Amino acid sequence: MSTQTMTRRVGPYALLVPSLVILAIAMGYPLVRQVVMSFQEYGRAQQFGQPAPFVGLDNYVDLFTDAQMWAVVGRSLAFCAVNVAVTMLLGIAIALLLRRVSRGPRLTLQIAMLLAWAMPVIAAMTSWQWLFDTRYGVINWTLVKLGFESFDGHNWLTNPWSFYFVATVIVVWMSVPFVMFTVYAALTQVSEDALEAGELDGASPWQRFRHIVYPTIRPVLTITLLLQVVWDLRVFAQIYYLQGVGGTPSKTHLLGTYIYTLGIGQSDYGMASALAMFVLVLTLVLTAGYVRALLRESR
Amino acid sequence: MSRTLSRRLWGALAIVIAVVWVFPVYWILNSAFQPADRLRSPEPAWFPRDLTGSGFARVFDDAFLDSFKLSITVTLLAVVCAGLCAFLGAVAISRFRFRGRVQFILVVLAIQMIPPEALFISQYKMLGDAGLYNTVGGLGLLYVAMILPFTIWMLRGFADGVPIDLEEAAMVDGCSRTRAFFTITFPLLAPGLVAASVYGFLQAWNEFTLAVVVMDPSNRTLPLWLRGLSDVSNEAIDWPGVMAGATMVAVPVIVFFMIVQGRMTSGLVSGAVKG
Repeated sequence: MSTQTMTRRVGPYALLVPSLVILAIAMGYPLVRQVVMSFQEYGRAQQFGQPAPFVGLDNYVDLFTDAQMWAVVGRSLAFCAVNVAVTMLLGIAIALLLRRVSRGPRLTLQIAMLLAWAMPVIAAMTSWQWLFDTRYGVINWTLVKLGFESFDGHNWLTNPWSFYFVATVIVVWMSVPFVMFTVYAALTQVSEDALEAGELDGASPWQRFRHIVYPTIRPVLTITLLLQVVWDLRVFAQIYYLQGVGGTPSKTHLLGTYIYTLGIGQSDYGMASALAMFVLVLTLVLTAGYVRALLRESR
Repeated sequence: MSRTLSRRLWGALAIVIAVVWVFPVYWILNSAFQPADRLRSPEPAWFPRDLTGSGFARVFDDAFLDSFKLSITVTLLAVVCAGLCAFLGAVAISRFRFRGRVQFILVVLAIQMIPPEALFISQYKMLGDAGLYNTVGGLGLLYVAMILPFTIWMLRGFADGVPIDLEEAAMVDGCSRTRAFFTITFPLLAPGLVAASVYGFLQAWNEFTLAVVVMDPSNRTLPLWLRGLSDVSNEAIDWPGVMAGATMVAVPVIVFFMIVQGRMTSGLVSGAVKG
């Protein structure tokens, strides 16, 4: 066999080794271990060296018969649905608006969005915490000036509903720029001629959107929607942060923070692993169709 | 309604939205440079007056420097390792047709769909057992794995964009395959490598969840340091200091981000629209 053929045969595999080794150590092994752990009793005692007995589906049974876990799942799905819907609608609306305005306002809005997008999550959280501050927050001050006296000294984070409201405001604020820029870029692909022809033929703005704009930007909307669903379902940093600065953790857990509390807080690694497996399956179910479609293209 | 008038009204709406969106960013800067007592007055301090840098001076201490060093070390480690591995991997899937290629692409794609929150429990246990809990190496390893799949994906796109005919022409002229690759394709790949590295840098620099999980509270990356400043258990929060801290964490990110964002969006969109 010539050297040339050897390179062709072995070369690609040698090139893949470093990536495969790292992914196997940092993700493959933990994944396998987590599957195993989810069928074990793995608590504080095991942490200190006791053997971890296999308990079959016990962790899953406990989890699925636990009302609090379903409350967390329900809240996470609802939080995800609301945040994705608001983000997508605002993002699309602002992208459409961007096409109707002249250069000055367009640049101003784009720069504002870019700054919000580039803000590191924790720096943004810090700013919002200060805006919603009980005593010195601008939001309470403004509401009082507008005549809502009851907001004087109002604490936004103690009540779960207003806790989620604050979290939603922050998540939407941070996610809209990505949707807006992506949709705006996609809108540049829409044929101007077709739009003008539609307008001459008397099509309403909605009809023009539905029959000319929408079909062109549909692939971009699909991928954006999917990414938003994945991101908002697993929101951790924002919830963890808000819980740390005044929220009531037991009443405001979403899936991410609940796994953290079960595992690292209460050392119940078996249950935490079972819940993590559930989140993984949920995400894969939600994204399977998209991954299949992408794969078909890359063949 | 005339066309100009409607354009003006839409323009006004766009400016209003811009002001709302930029306000939290403005508020960080505005608060960072004010003295603390002015921020605690009943009337909000809308504009910077009595400018002072004392907030910056208060938070720029050893704790900040330690966190900064930790963040920069772990981020660079992750970016360099991920960049090297991804470069080799991208070359393999873009330049060779081999058994298992499609499966590898499938794995890379599927990994990006795994939420980090679904793995951190066993990653935490693994690092603990390996004696890597609370170490740069342990956190770095998780960060490499976190940014690697997207980096491979991005570089593969760049490599596919360089026609293989160019390399083959060089080989006809007598270059070896490797030499042809490094003289023809590699220079064209460099911008992709830069863009992917900056993207990885942003990811690792801002990462919060894994840092909370595998680092000890005494040994914090910058996002955790910043979070520590505004903890409520800390009775009198030094707001100008906290805002100065937020500014110091955000500025490098914003600068880097401005450089790469155009490429990120256009790459994503061209991929999605063409698909």
